[in-house]
Amino acid sequence: MEFTEDQILRYSRHIILPEVGGDGQEKLLNAKVVLVGAGGLGSPVGYYLAAAGVGTIGVIDNDRVEMSNLQRQIAHNTKRLGVLKADSAKETYETLNHDVTVVTHKERLTSVNIKDIIKDYDIVVDGSDNFPTRYLVNDACVMLKKTLISAAVFRFEGQLMSIYPGDGPCYRCLFEVPPPAGMVPSCQEAGILGAVTGVVGTLQATEVVKAILGIGVPLKGKLLLWNALDMSFRTVKVPRNRECPVCGEHPTIKELIDYEQFCSMSH
Amino acid sequence: MGDDIKVDKTIDIRGQVCPYTFVRSKLAIEKMNVGEVLEIILDHKAAVENVPKSMENEGQKVLKIDQTGEKEWHIVVRKDREKTKK
Repeated sequence: MEFTEDQILRYSRHIILPEVGGDGQEKLLNAKVVLVGAGGLGSPVGYYLAAAGVGTIGVIDNDRVEMSNLQRQIAHNTKRLGVLKADSAKETYETLNHDVTVVTHKERLTSVNIKDIIKDYDIVVDGSDNFPTRYLVNDACVMLKKTLISAAVFRFEGQLMSIYPGDGPCYRCLFEVPPPAGMVPSCQEAGILGAVTGVVGTLQATEVVKAILGIGVPLKGKLLLWNALDMSFRTVKVPRNRECPVCGEHPTIKELIDYEQFCSMSH
Repeated sequence: MGDDIKVDKTIDIRGQVCPYTFVRSKLAIEKMNVGEVLEIILDHKAAVENVPKSMENEGQKVLKIDQTGEKEWHIVVRKDREKTKK
């Protein structure tokens, strides 16, 4: 492709990198990535992907911007209170970079709609705040063989894992089933340091860009754990589970499951 | 240019400064085939050192650097490598 003058300037710091160059930038412009959630994690992921010139960014979210979101969800702002987060994120990302098209999916993911929504994207980014969605996204990505960059945050901690179905473990290899209801804190509004979501979301965005460019070593078969209070990063090896109910040798999950939302706090 | 080097493509990037001198040179050479020769005309003095150095870092061969005016240089680079290292 021929870059426009604006694109040469905008992406010059990418093009200079030996690992990126003009052809790498072209890959980014042609890439299609979908974000599950435009919240604490999804916001910075989308921000950096938009800045990087990822050409198509899907945003799946059916919530509206609330005051309590703004302490960490940087895709939104005070003027957008009450606006659907997907629309707010679209406005933010497309304003940042006109090369980016944001496709909004203003619905809650279910076993019925998820495959249709994610099937046209190359990479899925999970920044959801609840276990039913996390397992649904994992299982759908395994079934459709979609690369999944999965992350979660809680209080002062974050975790990250890149899932390449058929080539490394999935989320169920790590945690086979969702935790019992009593073990789950009131998830949607549990405490979280705002900057923690920024760090983990930015790590997630980095894994997405690496995957698009095919550079470096993906965080595959490994779980990254970060604790902000002691500023420690740990990487734990995660083996593939042959008995995994969804990606193992004899999968027992062949249909997608809608787990019940067991969050104690209503939203 | 003359001499015995056959130039396949010339870019005139006079008026451009670093790092865009290298950015534009790199974009030009990416579109060429291995073995082809790119001539870069520039007038930004710092780029006369930086562009050849960066080209060599990416595995390309700098054939020559000529000063052709008080503030004009011609840099001739042969493409030796297709995709730079990962």
